[in-house]
Amino acid sequence: MDWSNILGDASRALIGSETVVFALAAIGLNVQFGYTGLLNFGQAAFLAVAAYGLATTVVTFGLPFWIGILVGFAGVIVLAVLLGVPTLRLRADYLAIVTIAASEIIRLIFRSVTLRETFGGSGGISGFSNDFYALNPYDDRVGLGPFEFGPRDAWVLTVGWVLVILACLIVWALMRSPWGRVIKAIREDEDAVRSLGKNVYSYKMQSLIIGGLLGALGGFIFALAQAAVQPDLYSPNLTFFAYTILILGGAGRVLGPVVGAMIFWCLLQLTAGLLEGLVRTGAIPTWLMQSNDVGAVRFMLVGIALLLLLVFRPQGIFGDKREIALDAR
Amino acid sequence: MRRLVSTLGGLLTVCILLGVGAGTALGQPAESAESIRGFLRNEGEPVPGVTITVSNEDGEVGSVETGTDGAWEIAVPGPGEYEVVLDTETLPDDVPGVVADTITTVVNPLQDKAVLFRVGEPGGDGDGGGTTPGTPAEGSADTAQASQIWQLVASGLRFGLILGLAALGLSLVFGTTGLTNFAHGELVTFGALVAWWLNDAGLPLIAAAVLAVILGGVFGWAQDVGFWRPLRKRGTGLIALMIISIGVSLLLRYFYLYVFAGERRSYTQYVIQGSIDLGPFDYAPRDLWIMGISIIVLALVAVALVRTRVGKATRAVSDNPALASASGIDVDRVVTTVWIVGTALAAMAGVMFGLIQQVDYLLGFRVLLLVFAAVVLGGLGTAWGAMVGSLIVGVFVEVSTLVIPSELKYAGVLAILIIILMIRPQGILGRPERVG
Repeated sequence: MDWSNILGDASRALIGSETVVFALAAIGLNVQFGYTGLLNFGQAAFLAVAAYGLATTVVTFGLPFWIGILVGFAGVIVLAVLLGVPTLRLRADYLAIVTIAASEIIRLIFRSVTLRETFGGSGGISGFSNDFYALNPYDDRVGLGPFEFGPRDAWVLTVGWVLVILACLIVWALMRSPWGRVIKAIREDEDAVRSLGKNVYSYKMQSLIIGGLLGALGGFIFALAQAAVQPDLYSPNLTFFAYTILILGGAGRVLGPVVGAMIFWCLLQLTAGLLEGLVRTGAIPTWLMQSNDVGAVRFMLVGIALLLLLVFRPQGIFGDKREIALDAR
Repeated sequence: MRRLVSTLGGLLTVCILLGVGAGTALGQPAESAESIRGFLRNEGEPVPGVTITVSNEDGEVGSVETGTDGAWEIAVPGPGEYEVVLDTETLPDDVPGVVADTITTVVNPLQDKAVLFRVGEPGGDGDGGGTTPGTPAEGSADTAQASQIWQLVASGLRFGLILGLAALGLSLVFGTTGLTNFAHGELVTFGALVAWWLNDAGLPLIAAAVLAVILGGVFGWAQDVGFWRPLRKRGTGLIALMIISIGVSLLLRYFYLYVFAGERRSYTQYVIQGSIDLGPFDYAPRDLWIMGISIIVLALVAVALVRTRVGKATRAVSDNPALASASGIDVDRVVTTVWIVGTALAAMAGVMFGLIQQVDYLLGFRVLLLVFAAVVLGGLGTAWGAMVGSLIVGVFVEVSTLVIPSELKYAGVLAILIIILMIRPQGILGRPERVG
């Protein structure tokens, strides 16, 4: 087995673009679920709306890149309001079902043949990222410690990690503000907050919107890193992975999602490399597993990780068990 | 009690009034390609070596000869309208001809559209076979429209009844334990896959289906006793349980992918049947059986909930577990029973979905949100609501294709779900205090 390759890929995944995208998605979820206790199972929709907002504005309507970013943000705010109005007054499981339903509606619309002229059908859209890469200051391969990245990757990762750091700073500042204390109080006891004269509904809506906007950053990076948007990338699995990452790192902690995403993708890459290596060297017999089964086994491991975490360590690595909104209300 | 009986009565009446029927196969939103396929048979004997060509507005898509078993299949580039032409020149001499040698059909996203050519005198009535429902062959535009609506309603009822089996299981488990089980779709897939394996191993499909349902019950029992009950004893919160069920769903779904691979496969029997013309619509015999069995099973569970001791205990636990426990009901036993019944019902729904669509590892996950929609629409945690909600969702999904593109029909019903939640969050039969 080629250990240096496997370990190299795994450690590269620590800072790779997927890590950035999922860290941003999970930071958004952290505001919604970790701090406010809102079970948003439609985070994929927020990323999708942001990414498609950018892609369709630039490609379909021929408008500039920055207008695309604004359209993406605006779309996310509209989506959050549309989702929040019917459900934020309801119990947690209703919000979960409605948000996951909404994320599927949006995916089906984006991949529909009827609207292929606008959204590109199941093949998606590409060719909107030229303005972004035109800003690229790197013109050669960039070395960072043991890693080397091509100029495009380096530019995406630079912007991505700056956004991650900014998002963490925003969350940190928000959560030590009076607003953050109200949000956390809503997670602990909604009725108590209401009895203090706070408009719980409005605070929840603000939290949903802010979490969505942070997720939208992930959507932009997702679209730009691949220089394309494809509807099936925004399936419910994206949301489930983001939850796994959030819970792994620790919900209700500023750096939880970031550390969670780094560990998650590093481990996923490591297991994939190991399994492929073992299959190739014959250590795992072919009747048990072939190299095209590796993907399925990886997803099974994610499922196992999620349920074991919830059973044995719901607070994740950094979290505080008393601060996790996992009890029913 | 009275409300229950009248609801159930109404439900059965609706089914009987509207009759039963077949319909277009279901469009399935997932990743895989579309195709058109069929069998060519003359008086039950397969007809090999006949050329069949599929084309769309851009020109010819593909052409095949029917195999020795009369089967043919052509992959198409995507959803849309296609013209299927049978070359009558290539028909053997003993075949009098086909009623219509050109059939226009609409393929939904990810559908394996079945198109059957009717053998007989050209333009005549022919024996056996027939075009797929949903492609009105003759009559004026008005009757074609009307018959299409009937066809969609009939196919929606079939879909709704199967959905009802799955929804009832989910609703019972939710009612007694409060668990919103995101892994319920995988329990549906379980039935379909087990039945496929047994069928593939040589068992007749009916025996395989019965065994799959029984194994489903065993699976439900094992899940509750081995997994969910210990978690309840630990005092795990409901939201934690919900996220755990997502982990279970991922684990099971990709385990199915690991053992079953990503293909879509069919059972060996009853897959393609000629349809019988009855009243306003055609139906295949297997659809009658599917609907009949669903109605009987739903009715049996409903009667059991009202009449039997364990049924009454189940409703008591749903209402108030602590009070039920205090009055001497063994809550754990009730919950285990509910898991057994719920998973068996889901497995049965899986076998039926596998029969009208095809079997693949995403079969259950694809309908999971529709099951949720049905349950929420009817009222979360109410058994009768699940049944009524399923029929509404099933019929709505199919009939909505008259106005919206069929690839968006699932999106349509999910949008309705969101709107209903704004107007009447407790669902049609739910009680207001359940949602607060």
